[in-house]
Amino acid sequence: MNGAVLEKIANNDAETVNDSAVGGLKSAGKNSPDSAVIQSVTNTDSENFSFKDFVLSSLKNEKLQTISVGIVSLSFGILIWHLATLYNFNYFINFENVPSPTTVGAAFLSHLGDAEFYKHILISMRRILFAYSIAVVLGVTIGVLVGRSRIARAAVLPYIEVIRPIPAVAWIPLAILMWPTEESSIVYITFLGALFPIILNTIHGVKETPEVLVRAAVSLGAKKMEVFWHVVLPAALPSIAAGLSIGMGISWFSLLAGEIISGQYGIGYFTWDAYSMINYPDIVVGMLIIGGLGTLSTYLIGLMMRPALRWKKFQR
Amino acid sequence: MKTGVVSMHEKIFRKETSDAKERGKIEIDEVSIVFGSGPTENIAVQETSINISPGEFVCILGPSGCGKSTLLNSVAGYVKPSSGRVLVDNEVITEPGPDRGMVFQQYSLFPWKTVHQNIAFGPKLAGYTPSQCDSIASTFLAMIGLSKIAKSFPGELSGGMQQRVGIARALANYPRVLLMDEPFGALDAQTRLMMQESLLNIWSEFGITVLFVTHDVDEAIFLADRILIMSSSPGSVIADLNVALERPRSPEMATSTEFVALKKECLSHIRAQSLKAFEEVGH
Repeated sequence: MNGAVLEKIANNDAETVNDSAVGGLKSAGKNSPDSAVIQSVTNTDSENFSFKDFVLSSLKNEKLQTISVGIVSLSFGILIWHLATLYNFNYFINFENVPSPTTVGAAFLSHLGDAEFYKHILISMRRILFAYSIAVVLGVTIGVLVGRSRIARAAVLPYIEVIRPIPAVAWIPLAILMWPTEESSIVYITFLGALFPIILNTIHGVKETPEVLVRAAVSLGAKKMEVFWHVVLPAALPSIAAGLSIGMGISWFSLLAGEIISGQYGIGYFTWDAYSMINYPDIVVGMLIIGGLGTLSTYLIGLMMRPALRWKKFQR
Repeated sequence: MKTGVVSMHEKIFRKETSDAKERGKIEIDEVSIVFGSGPTENIAVQETSINISPGEFVCILGPSGCGKSTLLNSVAGYVKPSSGRVLVDNEVITEPGPDRGMVFQQYSLFPWKTVHQNIAFGPKLAGYTPSQCDSIASTFLAMIGLSKIAKSFPGELSGGMQQRVGIARALANYPRVLLMDEPFGALDAQTRLMMQESLLNIWSEFGITVLFVTHDVDEAIFLADRILIMSSSPGSVIADLNVALERPRSPEMATSTEFVALKKECLSHIRAQSLKAFEEVGH
């Protein structure tokens, strides 16, 4: 009998949820000018056009819209660049010696058949992968260890605050003195760039873990390590993910500085070399390659984190 | 009268052979809880003693800030009494543990775990095999009538559904007592009524001791066998009222003469307290 009552309450709840969803749809239909569109769709295509499909299709449209606006915006920027170089714009900012988009494009195309060019890119990517991986492991570990304890935070944060503002370029002399090989000093500089945002975001995420969730876990029988794996780490994950993205961006940023040391390869070296050879189009090619690879790798990090953050989109 | 769901659950889960009737005795023995010291000293609870029998449904009623949550937290083990002690089934409480199920006012489901994983978490920590955990979680989901949303994340659920899952999660550990800290405080009035009925059904099915903190007089009368009214600064129990309304309770009882008389009594106690507090601030 009690079971039956429970069942009934459960059903009632389900009905009210349905009702409110339908009600929401109805009222939206009444008030918004889109109602005619919704109705015509349901009339002509009466098969299975549900509310969910409607949301999904409009979401797709939204994504399409975002992408197309981005493309238009980028094209507009290139157009300005083109016009500025075409008319030798020189008012405070001087474009007279800046290579035009077409010369840069031509230089880029000429490199595409060049094996050396790919080697530059591949070696840079290898350095990023190596340096970034170490930064992730170390940064998340330190952040998590330090985040839960106020005393540990107080001990570690001063180091971070002092070292963090030092630009990657400033590290070059010391890196060369400290590390046995050229390669290791480049990786070190790249690693440093990624490390701090990862540590700081991890600390922040861990610190912001809702106390009620820790209490809930403890009252369910969780010991320290279980609280850590099941509560603290997942709670910090959105913040850690943000740190990973920022860290990826900064590691590309630092890579260029590191590769100034390198006498041979790397896209940073390529750019620096173009500068010393006064090859202006190649400077811009190098810059854009760094920008493009940085964007791509940050996007990949986001993609990799997405499954672990699936729950996040339901949070209100 | 136990339904199949619960007896099945007991079979898989019951660790002790002791009779369920002997489980869930709470003794709060001369407990004082003091925060801070010197000029900022705050006596949240002062020399309070309460005895709760196994299977009893007790509400602690009082204005906000009267120390009722602090008292509950001392049973949960989050707060250590400054003096005195808390015993559950003759064991002194020193830390939180799975033998005392806790339901919070704020939504406290793990947002990254599905509903099913939330309920299975306790049994998992208790060392049950994955298939046992699954079956326990499914059993409890069926009990609260939410089997359909097993794979949903908490963020997808209404507040009422989340609290129902919270109750199921606490019960899935087969605790001695269920401690509830204003669990329905954040819900709208309609949902709250349904949750209260639902809770009474679960309680009668399990026969578990419930200690329920609230500031809502109607809620306390509707749910409880006994109402303890707390005064503020310093927090202590000023009245221990027996609720003689028959069970099962129904919302219609709210207009019965017994209910109204009890409500008047509660309100006069609380009013006297509020007046005292008001005058203290005035001076």
